[in-house]
Amino acid sequence: MPEIEAVGIVKRYGGLVANDGVDLSVDRGEIHGVMGENGAGKTTLMSILFGLQTPDAGEIRIHGAPVRFHSPIDAMAAGMGMVHQSFKLFASLEVWENIVYGAEPRRGPFIDRRAARAQVAELAGRHRLAVDPDATVGELSVGVRQRVEILKALYRDARVLILDEPTAVLTPPERDALFGVLRRLAAEGRTVLLVTHKLHEAAAITDRVTVLRDGRTVAVLRTAETSARDIIRAMIGRNVNLIVEKGPAQAGAPSLAAVDLTVAGAAAKPVVDRVSLTVRAGEIVGIAGVAGNGQSELVEALVGLRPPDGGRVEICGIDVTAADVETRRAAGLAYVPEDRAAVGSALTASAADNLAMGFQRAAPLARGGLINPVAIAERARALIRRYAIRISSERAAVGKLSGGNLQKVVVARELSHDAPVLIAEQPTRGLDIGATETIHARLIAERDNGRAVLLVSAELAEILALSDRVLVMFEGRVLADLAQAEADEDSVGLLMAGRTWESA
Amino acid sequence: MSGIFTPFLFQSAVQAISPILLASLAGVLCGRVGVFNLALEGQMLVGAFAAIVGGYFSHSALGGVAAAMAGAVAFSLVLAYGATVFRGDPVVIGIGMNLLASGLTAYLLRVIFGVSGTFSDPGIVGLGRIAIPPLIGMPILGWAFGRQSVLTWAAFALTAVVSVVLFKTPVGLRLRGVGEQADAAETLGIDVARYRVGTVLVAGALTGLAGAQLALGAVSVFAEDMSAGRGWIAVVAVMLGRNNPLYAAAACVLFGFADALSINLQSEGLPNQLTDISPYVATLAALVITHRRRTRVLKPPAEVDAATPGETATTQRAVH
Repeated sequence: MPEIEAVGIVKRYGGLVANDGVDLSVDRGEIHGVMGENGAGKTTLMSILFGLQTPDAGEIRIHGAPVRFHSPIDAMAAGMGMVHQSFKLFASLEVWENIVYGAEPRRGPFIDRRAARAQVAELAGRHRLAVDPDATVGELSVGVRQRVEILKALYRDARVLILDEPTAVLTPPERDALFGVLRRLAAEGRTVLLVTHKLHEAAAITDRVTVLRDGRTVAVLRTAETSARDIIRAMIGRNVNLIVEKGPAQAGAPSLAAVDLTVAGAAAKPVVDRVSLTVRAGEIVGIAGVAGNGQSELVEALVGLRPPDGGRVEICGIDVTAADVETRRAAGLAYVPEDRAAVGSALTASAADNLAMGFQRAAPLARGGLINPVAIAERARALIRRYAIRISSERAAVGKLSGGNLQKVVVARELSHDAPVLIAEQPTRGLDIGATETIHARLIAERDNGRAVLLVSAELAEILALSDRVLVMFEGRVLADLAQAEADEDSVGLLMAGRTWESA
Repeated sequence: MSGIFTPFLFQSAVQAISPILLASLAGVLCGRVGVFNLALEGQMLVGAFAAIVGGYFSHSALGGVAAAMAGAVAFSLVLAYGATVFRGDPVVIGIGMNLLASGLTAYLLRVIFGVSGTFSDPGIVGLGRIAIPPLIGMPILGWAFGRQSVLTWAAFALTAVVSVVLFKTPVGLRLRGVGEQADAAETLGIDVARYRVGTVLVAGALTGLAGAQLALGAVSVFAEDMSAGRGWIAVVAVMLGRNNPLYAAAACVLFGFADALSINLQSEGLPNQLTDISPYVATLAALVITHRRRTRVLKPPAEVDAATPGETATTQRAVH
């Protein structure tokens, strides 16, 4: 008998059907993958299993008996635990407070602090999840925070553990450690539901995979008997290229250069520490690294959003170190920022206005000091068509767009700026396979047209697939500059964790 | 200037502190559950008015205090439900409540007592000062606490109680969590709205005590707008104290002494227009100093994309 089942789950949000008759059946002690593109209904299904949402139709069964979850309390009482994609932690509180929150051991009217810490330490030791019960959560790395989330579920003795995209924020070694933990939990009879859209992860750890598409269950596959291609076909309903196709780079003259670029931080150690790099026309240079090792600050210094505390930036041979963003863009810089919503676009403005930004001062969009709305609308319609942006009209606000479509707006605007240098920061984060493919193909095409592309991504697979050269950043410094042939997941993964090339 | 630090200064300072302290404890509790309470001024005023009404009709101080708490709690329902169930902006609600309190008390003053401006009646029993003989002889402590009203002692005792509840009990942990990250509390089975409503109402009772101290503490009188900015100073104390009851209390002590000092300076011959501003100068100075310090320490937190599951599904598929 399955540990947990979902039968015919339907969930609508207004006119939108997120789950349209989803079936799921998971056995005890199994690691079960739930796969599908963004918007396939994975997160909705998990929210229903954890009692955060109630289904409009269908039922959940535990050991064959129907249950109704009105809130996470009901779900937790029934043995469910969940590690959310965006962690649900209290940053200012200590680890043990986060874990016992809502189910505190007491002594009289007070929290029994000693018992709580002892329980947390015992739990962490038993499951080999190394955390300091007294550490403040806000000061912990992402990987450790995730352990706190898992401990929260185990503290409540979860027999079914749901993890929603748990590896999105982890380094390869952290990911492998997590998988070790999950395997041990399954071996002791707990059930793991792993939501992911990464194929190699599903292949590495799951026993079976349920694939969702457009809110329906389209396939249940036994991992050992399944190829990656089968899963992809089920996810998107057609064949796709797993590998990005590209020819060798025809690198030309240096277009973007940084020399000893330094950005001071709050601590004594600089956030960006004497970084030198060169990106030549016609090549893609990837910057790999765990998020928070100075990549964002480096990019901000290159783009002109943050004044450097030392060093030089050159665009096409012109020293722009002291120049503002506008001057740098005029010198030949396009920029796809990491945060497409806060930095890359103005969410309440229309698509037409967003696509016009940065071009509004010159003809044809401006005439005699006034902007020309007709020209702006025409330009927007052309770009919307060329990039297949799904939007009702160019007058619609971009805040309503899905992540992929919003990213297309940003990319369309930046690529329409015919600049020799393109800096793309996390260009496909959170996008589904279809949108990711489109963006990857565009980046390759831009390279082949002779652009210099600097790609910053926390997604190692993306860096390895696209880059002609790979730089690895760790604690503000570039640890290595590898040709594509030298860069693989093992070598770069070690460097991302701070091991230098020689000692690795 | 040696004449300034007199026993009277300490006594009047502590007396000035107590309503501000009670109100700032209310503000701290609200801040801890994530409801920014700007309505302290109005809540206090309603409390003061209700204290006089209760005292007048019950002929007892206890009746006045009880009425003050009941009135302020009832008035707090606006914030408690407005900022949670009805999802209003607490800043807008707070400003609205302050304006409402000012007009409402003036109106009811005329309706109930037929007067405008101020009202007092010999039938109203004030809290009075209670002397504690063993304390009175002691310097500083005796000057400060030897002769005070029950509510003044209560204000300091409640500061300790609020600290212990917030930092040592399960309820306190939950409150802190609700204010820090409501969705995390929710996934752990906490009914966020219930905790918020409950806390705002308890805080309302504290503002009622603050109002009762104002109206029944030194003299038994109600005057229109008699809270006179004390609620706003309490708001500042909450912000300076970063929602920590002990730090907020320290800020209140500073303001209380500035207030008491202004009275003493007047008797030294300084014009009262000048001395009256001293609590506000202290407020501004404290704000500027702590703000400068804090902006240097704070750096933006590294946020991961945060969206509730429902929102994620909706935005992702909105255009498809």
